[in-house]
Amino acid sequence: METVMSSERTQKMHPHRFTLWVAIGSISMMFAGFTSAYIVKSNQAGWEAVQVPKIFYLSTLLIILSSVTVFLAQKAMKAREMAKYRLLISGTVVLGLAFVATQFIGFSELWATKITFRDSVAGSFFYIITGVHALHVIGGIIALAVLFFRAYNSKTKYYSTAPVETAGLYWHFVDILWIYLFVFFLLVS
Amino acid sequence: MSNETSHVHSSTVSVPHETHHEVHHGHHHETFLTKYVFSQDHKTIAKQFLITGMFWALLGGLFSVIFRLQLGFPDAKFPWMEALLGEWAKGGQLQAEAYYALVTMHGTVLVFFVLTAGLSGTFSNFLIPLQVGARDMASPFMNMLSYWFFFVASIVMLSSLFVQTGPFSGGWTAYPPLSALGEASPGSKVGMDLWLVSMALFVVSSLLGGLNYIATVLNMRTKGMSMTRLPLTIWAFFFTAVLGVLSFPVLFSGFILLIFDRHFGTSFYLSDIYINGQALPNEGGSAILYQHLFWFLGHPEVYIILLPAMGMASEILSVNSRKPIFGYMAMIGSLFAITILAFLVWAHHMFVTGLNPFLGAFFVLLTLLIAVPSAIKVFNWLTTIWRGNIRFTPAMLFALGFVSLFISGGLTGIFLGNSALDIQLHDTYFVIAHFHIVMGVASMFGMFAGIYHWYPKMYGRYLNNTLGYIHFWVTMVGAYLIFWPMHYEGLAGMPRRYYKYDIWESFKQFGELNKFISVVAIIVFLIQILFIFNFFYSIWKGRKVTTQNPWGANTLEWTTPINPGHGNWDGEIPEVHRWAYDYGKDGQDHIAQTVPVSANESKH
Repeated sequence: METVMSSERTQKMHPHRFTLWVAIGSISMMFAGFTSAYIVKSNQAGWEAVQVPKIFYLSTLLIILSSVTVFLAQKAMKAREMAKYRLLISGTVVLGLAFVATQFIGFSELWATKITFRDSVAGSFFYIITGVHALHVIGGIIALAVLFFRAYNSKTKYYSTAPVETAGLYWHFVDILWIYLFVFFLLVS
Repeated sequence: MSNETSHVHSSTVSVPHETHHEVHHGHHHETFLTKYVFSQDHKTIAKQFLITGMFWALLGGLFSVIFRLQLGFPDAKFPWMEALLGEWAKGGQLQAEAYYALVTMHGTVLVFFVLTAGLSGTFSNFLIPLQVGARDMASPFMNMLSYWFFFVASIVMLSSLFVQTGPFSGGWTAYPPLSALGEASPGSKVGMDLWLVSMALFVVSSLLGGLNYIATVLNMRTKGMSMTRLPLTIWAFFFTAVLGVLSFPVLFSGFILLIFDRHFGTSFYLSDIYINGQALPNEGGSAILYQHLFWFLGHPEVYIILLPAMGMASEILSVNSRKPIFGYMAMIGSLFAITILAFLVWAHHMFVTGLNPFLGAFFVLLTLLIAVPSAIKVFNWLTTIWRGNIRFTPAMLFALGFVSLFISGGLTGIFLGNSALDIQLHDTYFVIAHFHIVMGVASMFGMFAGIYHWYPKMYGRYLNNTLGYIHFWVTMVGAYLIFWPMHYEGLAGMPRRYYKYDIWESFKQFGELNKFISVVAIIVFLIQILFIFNFFYSIWKGRKVTTQNPWGANTLEWTTPINPGHGNWDGEIPEVHRWAYDYGKDGQDHIAQTVPVSANESKH
């Protein structure tokens, strides 16, 4: 195989970041499974679509804002502006928690209008799909919380940008995933 | 070392990140617990997967022996069976409910625990770092977690055998409503909950493993090891991991919906159901939806099982024919084609569910297209051994057996892929025969070939050859004797999953044949015990390996010490200069991948 040149790659992605990209593909497949199941069901007889709760618009705003703050946090980390970094990473955690809170407020509003597991297939789908997404957001909050405590730990100093970049990538992913789900529910119903 | 990570961002503040494999130079002190139990060494984890897989294979095989006794001798009484199974075999006769439970567990255990975890868990772990030239996996810790999730999944599944209402009994595919309603059958009660918990843990295990395999193959190759210099084993493991990472999450989503149907009153899969004359409130669900989600994993799953066997057979056939693999790039191309097509054919499991025939036609076309890459692979294997200087080691025999079984089983796939023929053949013994030969036994043969071939690298000793030959011939002949007659039964319309056939006039004629199949199945099972004896005996008493490269192979694992420590190579990781298949080139028997290309070497 004389045609094969040994490729010297000078710049490589951080292994954690790379593994995360593969995991993102994997998680996307799960939601592809969910949403295609939703589409298949919605074409069958007796389907009653569910109105997306109004508060979910606020959720969308919160999670987009949190993506901005995590992006700025990464920039601050790179510039070694640690005070700014701490503030921004804390802000992201707060916004993430607020997102999950608005989700649950939306769920309980919806549940109160007699859209329960027993009464509505569309509602069941809605709760589970957005609920599983919320679990992924909570996973991201935990990862950010670890960074948050690291940033306030005075004994050891972390200046590696890899963790915050990896966590940031995941955070952007759950953000984009949410926008996909939000638009999906608005359009299909 | 070439696979150090360099930083994408050249910021002045970043501290160089230490990757794990750099830490493992030399041997640091290890306790028994960290060396053999919570080990992060990919070789030890591979052995853990293998031995757990062997335990399950033995148990899953025993299940089949017991239900084959029922099928072969429906009126006989076996007092020992009552001693073993108690209530399940009252009066020495297997009860119908126990029969279904055993069939279900046989399928679940063999497909997931043996041929997924036991096969790709073992060999992806063992061979990927050794053959790409890495000291360990991209994340040894995640790798360890992958095994322990599998272990816990095993414990949960095992415990379901001992609950009062028995393990799940609705078939390995776990179709609702049997899987969704506890009232549906005894096995659908707590047995099904344990099944779901176990499978969820199993999915996590295979995702953790798969992420690692992909990251290792793409990121951790040694200097000079370009993708097109990888041995075909690695390509096969890579595509297997891609299939797993993309299809298991879909199964997981199906499971989540199933859990909600079981316990939280949703109606994803349930509608218009009466149990004991009692109407259930569930409305608006569709059982077919589960089948779509299940088979979207289920079909790639058969390739998750088969591809590692294909990869290992390619390597072993080439090494033991002393010839380069024929059509290396075509082999990669066909693996790739199979991976893509695997995602596009799931509905051929559902031709008789009321699927739109127009849609069915597309699935027929895509299904039959798989014959093309499969035929390319078979052609290349045959041309690889053509006029080779064949060494009939047990590993080589099993690899040849794999090719034979893959051809025989693949041909019947062409029958089943036709939606019209499937109306007659669906859910008959023809299907059983087809998938056992092409996926079950063939992959077991790939696994055996791998064990015989890489055993010297695993334990520094050889397996006993004589026992290996006995193992091969009995298993080979037995496999055909068991499954070949089933084609006839299936063509005659004999349905699968029935408890007994002698009450049907049309299937009475197969009474003696069923007896014959059962007797052969028992003999083949006993021979596997001989193999397991050989395996454990040889770990301590086998003939010692005295040379670094006993098979005269080119790949990197044979450049490591006979008993490699954690980190694989004592010194530097070797650099790679050529592909893995320079056998019989320029009058030389073999040229290892680490040998630089000399100036006057011929081209090929």
